[in-house]
Amino acid sequence: MTREELTAARDAAVQTMTNTPQGKPITRVVVGLATCGIAAGATPVLAAFQEAIAAAGLDSVKALQTGCIGMCQFEPLAEITVPGQEKVTYVNMTPDKAREVVQKHLVGGSVIEEYTVGAVA
Amino acid sequence: MAVKPLVETDFYRMQTRLALRNCGVIDPESIDEYIARDGYQALARALLDLQPADVIQIMKDSGLRGRGGGGFPAGLKWSFTAANAADQKYVVCNADEGDPGAFMDRSVLEGDPHAIVEAMAICGYATGATEGYVYVRAEYPIAVKRLEIAIAAAKELGLLGKNILGSGFDFELFIRLGAGAFVCGEETALMTSIEGNRGEPRPRPPYPAVKGLFAKPTTENNVETFANVPQIILHGAEPFAAMGTEKSKGSKVFALGGNITNTGLVEIPMGTTLREVIEVIGGGIPGGHKFKAVQTGGPSGGCIPAEHLDIAIDYDNLSAIGCMIGSGGMIVMDDSKCMVDIARFFLDFTVDESCGKCSPCRIGTKRMLEILDKIIAGEGTLADVDKLEELAYHIKENSLCGLGQTAPNPVLATLRFFRDEYIAHVTEHRCPAGVCKSMLTYKIDPDKCIGCTLCARACPVNAISGKVKEVHVIDPLKCIKCGACETACKKVHAVYKG
Repeated sequence: MTREELTAARDAAVQTMTNTPQGKPITRVVVGLATCGIAAGATPVLAAFQEAIAAAGLDSVKALQTGCIGMCQFEPLAEITVPGQEKVTYVNMTPDKAREVVQKHLVGGSVIEEYTVGAVA
Repeated sequence: MAVKPLVETDFYRMQTRLALRNCGVIDPESIDEYIARDGYQALARALLDLQPADVIQIMKDSGLRGRGGGGFPAGLKWSFTAANAADQKYVVCNADEGDPGAFMDRSVLEGDPHAIVEAMAICGYATGATEGYVYVRAEYPIAVKRLEIAIAAAKELGLLGKNILGSGFDFELFIRLGAGAFVCGEETALMTSIEGNRGEPRPRPPYPAVKGLFAKPTTENNVETFANVPQIILHGAEPFAAMGTEKSKGSKVFALGGNITNTGLVEIPMGTTLREVIEVIGGGIPGGHKFKAVQTGGPSGGCIPAEHLDIAIDYDNLSAIGCMIGSGGMIVMDDSKCMVDIARFFLDFTVDESCGKCSPCRIGTKRMLEILDKIIAGEGTLADVDKLEELAYHIKENSLCGLGQTAPNPVLATLRFFRDEYIAHVTEHRCPAGVCKSMLTYKIDPDKCIGCTLCARACPVNAISGKVKEVHVIDPLKCIKCGACETACKKVHAVYKG
C-alpha cells in the first residue's frame, strides 16, 4: 500500500460508514462490546438489534460492536446516530428493549426517552 | 428534541477523550473504520515526511510521560534507545495491567487496537527497531483476539511487514501472553518473561534502552502511552502540550470504582482536581456515607484523604503527598472502611505477588503483613507501629525492582494520613470504622429489643439466647462476629457493634 492508496482507503471507508452503496445516509447503532459490556449481556443486545433491523427491512441502518463506552453501571450501552441528529445513548439495554428501540426510534422516529442516559444521569 | 446527550451528563462533560478517542466509536475489529478516523496517517507522516530524530523531537515537545505509572518522559526514553547502535532493537508494549480495579489498558486494546499497532510501528521507526512485542495478560482474551485481528489486517494491507508504505522501513509485531504474575508488569521482569524465562526483574542499570529484550536496546511503553502517540505525531506536539499542567501534559485515563455513584472509564485533562473527578464525574458517595479516602496507584500507591481533594491531578502533585497517579486505578472509599484493613489488603496482594528474588521484598513485606495482622487482631503496640514504619522505609530503599520499592506505599500513606486509626487499634484496641472483627463485639440494646427471636434464628452458632417477647442476649464467647443478627434485626435495630 502506498500513501495515496491509504488516503484513498480512508475516503472510501468514510464513504462506506456514512452512505449506503445506493447513496442513502447510514444510521449507526453501536453496542459497547468490550469485556465489561459482554459480561453485562451486550452480545444478545447487539444480536437483537441486528435481527430486528433486518426484519424491519431498514437497509440504511448498521448495527455494530464497539469498545467500552465508559459507564460501567449502565451497561449494556447502545448509541444511535441518525444522520443530522444528536447521538442518543441508551442505557441498561436488553434484547427486548433493543427490539422496542428499533420499532419506535429507528422505524417510528421517536426516541424512547426513559431508556436514555438522560433519564438516569 | 429534549433528549439529554451523553456529553452533557455530569459523567462526561468534564472529560476529554484522546487516548480513548476511538473507544466506543468505531468497530475495533474493522481496520477500515480505524482508517476512516485518520488511522495510519500518523505512520505515513512519520515514515515519509519525518526523520527518526524529528519524530523523537515531537514526542519530547509533546511532554507525554509514561502512563503506566512511572511518568518518565516518553520522548526521552525513545531518544536513549535511538542513541544506541545495534544490529537489532525492539519495541515492547506493556499490557500486563495488574493493579486491582484497573482496566484502562484493556479498554484501549479492546476498543482501539490499531492505535497501539500504529504507535509501536512509529516508535520502531524513531528508535531503529524492526520488531515489536505486545505483552498482554492471558486474562484479557478479547483484547488478545482483537489485537490479533488488528495485526493480521495491518499486515494484509502492508501497514506492518516489509517496506511499509514504500518507505523501506520494516516492522513486525508479535503478541506474548503473560500468565498473570503482577511482577511481570515491571519492565525488566516483563522482558525476561518474553524471553521465555521465569518472570523476575534484574538490576538496572543497564537500562532497557541499552540492554533490554534479548540483550538488545529496547523501548518499553505502556498501552495508554502508545495510544496517545498517533495523534501527537499526526497533529504535532502543540495541541497535546497545550493540555494539562506545567509538567504533566495531555490527559489521563482512570478506572473509577469503589464507593462511588458513577463507576466507569474516565479520561480527564491533567490538572483536573480529585474533587471534580469524585464529586462531579463520579457523582459523589452513595448511601448517605461520607468520603474518606481515594486510592490511586493500586498496590504501589497511596490513599488520599479529604483535605487533599483540591489537588490538581498530575504526576508531581500526587508524588508530593506520597501518592502517585499510577496506571490509573482510582478507588473511592467511604467512612465504612478501616484504613488499617485497606493497607493490609494491598500488602497482602504484594506479599502474594512478590517474586522472591530479593530479600527486602520477599521477607520484608511478609514481616510487615505479620505486624499488620497483629494490629488488626488487637494485639499490636505502639512499638509495632514504629517498627512497621521503619521496615517500610528499608524495603523501599533496598528492594530490587519497582514492586518492592513501592510495596510499602499503602502502609506509609495510611500511616501519614490516618495514623489516628492505627493508634486507636493499638492503644484503645478499637477499630474506629468497626471493620476489624477481633475488636468488635455485637451487643443487643435491651431497651430496643422486642424479643422477636429473629436474631437468634439467624445466628449460625446459637450464640443468642432469650425467650419470645423477652430481651435477647449474645454470648460473646460463642459469637463468631458474622453480623447475621445485625442484618436480621432490621426492624428495631437493637443489635449494634460495640
